[in-house]
Amino acid sequence: MAAVPAVLQSEWTKIRTVSSTVWTLAAALIVTVAMGAALSAVLKSSFDDLSEVERATFDPTFVSFSGMVLGQLAMVVFGVLVVGTEYSSGMIRTSLAAVPQRATFLFSKVAVAGALALVVGLVTSFLSFFLGQALLGEHRTTLGADNVLRAVVGGGLYMGLIALFSMGVATMLRSSMLSLGILVPFFFLISQILSAVPKAKEVAKYFPDQAGSKIMQVVPDALGSEKAPYGPWGGLGIMLLWVAASLLGGYLVLKRRDA
Amino acid sequence: MIEAVGLTKRYGAKTAVYNLSFQVRPGVVTGFLGPNGSGKSTTMRMILGLDRPTAGHVTIGGHPFRQLPNAPRQVGALLDAKAVHGGRSARSHLLSLAQLAGIPARRVDEVLGVVGLQDVARRRSKGFSLGMGQRLGIAAALLGDPQVLLFDEPVNGLDPEGILWVRNLMKKLASEGRTVFVSSHLMSEMALTADHLIVIGRGQLLSDMPVKQFISANSADFARVRTPEGDPAQREKLSAALAGAGGQVLSEPDGALRVTGLPLPRISDLAHGADVRLWELSPHQASLEEAYMRLTQGAVDYRSTDDRLAHLQAPPQPGQPGYGAPQPQAPSDVPQQGWYAPPPPGQNPYATAPQAPAPGAPQPPAAAPDAARPSFQKQSDTTEDAR
Repeated sequence: MAAVPAVLQSEWTKIRTVSSTVWTLAAALIVTVAMGAALSAVLKSSFDDLSEVERATFDPTFVSFSGMVLGQLAMVVFGVLVVGTEYSSGMIRTSLAAVPQRATFLFSKVAVAGALALVVGLVTSFLSFFLGQALLGEHRTTLGADNVLRAVVGGGLYMGLIALFSMGVATMLRSSMLSLGILVPFFFLISQILSAVPKAKEVAKYFPDQAGSKIMQVVPDALGSEKAPYGPWGGLGIMLLWVAASLLGGYLVLKRRDA
Repeated sequence: MIEAVGLTKRYGAKTAVYNLSFQVRPGVVTGFLGPNGSGKSTTMRMILGLDRPTAGHVTIGGHPFRQLPNAPRQVGALLDAKAVHGGRSARSHLLSLAQLAGIPARRVDEVLGVVGLQDVARRRSKGFSLGMGQRLGIAAALLGDPQVLLFDEPVNGLDPEGILWVRNLMKKLASEGRTVFVSSHLMSEMALTADHLIVIGRGQLLSDMPVKQFISANSADFARVRTPEGDPAQREKLSAALAGAGGQVLSEPDGALRVTGLPLPRISDLAHGADVRLWELSPHQASLEEAYMRLTQGAVDYRSTDDRLAHLQAPPQPGQPGYGAPQPQAPSDVPQQGWYAPPPPGQNPYATAPQAPAPGAPQPPAAAPDAARPSFQKQSDTTEDAR
């Protein structure tokens, strides 16, 4: 048995020695923080133009996380590339020849990359929150207010889980291009569009990103958004189920198929 | 010790490897030969547990590969020279592999020195040539100082100095008591490197024997004897004399005689005694390459055919043959199969400077992969990684 600490160390070397790691994680952080700051500034100046309902459910925490819609795509790319480049380069055969135990290999890789994504996600989340609040002026909230800390930590968890979900999908599909071609339109377009279509949105509520993002709302159903039949932790639980399913699927594919 | 028993692999309807049983013993270099597509790489992948056999099994030191304790310290493999993340440096690549087996980083620099890549150790491997990639792959195989080594086509893309180095490396590894299993489709290379040969074709075992035995079983020494042209009577007389002295005489297409079973001086004496003049009396050995081709003749999947180019050439003008017109076929008495060794370079009176291709003639496509390279080197890292 290849020892788990050895595999973890090796995966960490692999992940820190390619430049795509730095680029995708930096993009996730910068895009999320910058876009959140911009929308916070815009909403501050246009707060009086909001509708009654929107003003009643105004959620300064959630507003500062607006950049996640785009920033999560960089996390998707990170997650896909961590796994996908093993296949596109043929490195997977070298890796599996060195670590014949598929479970040790996959879950060590996922653990290292997931932990890194989680750390970057938490930094992103806190930065977005503080910068957004600073720009929201009199509409701001503080970390000490009810449920705010939960939402900010939840934002970091959300980004980490998105990356893990992408890793699972990439392991199942065994191709970076195919995985990105499915995941990016799904998170950026399909999920967003379906959540606005009557009937379809009843299903879309249970999509990983829709369910998981509820953790970032301090005010339930913030800014007049759809009511959900689950709470913030329930939503995160649904997302966790998606992640578990994709990783399990990835493991089964890796175990069954020839490399 | 690698042991395969009844190894079979099917991909859908196609059988890549069928009922293959062999042993690879320690202390010798075992060559694994077969034409393209004969199942060499599939067998290698099954040994390494990357592909699951449809039937049969293969073990290393008595264990299936997937159950080997600390595999990288026991088995080193070079499967595909380019199976490296192009954005990672040679050193980082080896370091990540070393850490898997708890090998210290010092060993990484050691093997980089062994394969001669120390100067480019920190360069990204996507700029590496095929030969440098092979060296990096060999470095990865040597990393854990393993007792069992597998190399899939290790000399592909290496320069003559590199080929010689690989050859000596294999022999050295085997002399240290390791199990060395090297695949190749070049018989000539294996004849120099290997001590034992396993030949497969269409996924089935064709031959499994020591190289020396393979050579003596498959190559026959013979003498070529030529009598003056235009005098068949002399030829008949000599044939009879040689046959009477116990030699086997075969006739070659151009009128020469192929004699086996008699030493050259004896042939000369017999000719003298029969009063036959000789124009040629020369010793020959059927090459191992020929023996191998004969062995795998029925098992070649991808056989090239003549490129006639008929539809690309202008029809010859009647009465004006010109230089571009197709030449009539060479006379059939010139040997088409290589009975003669090719003349050494520079001494061939027929050799001319390479001709410029005729206008409109298709260019050979050999340069295409190289032409694609500069463009992707210019791409940014993220797009390169996304491929």
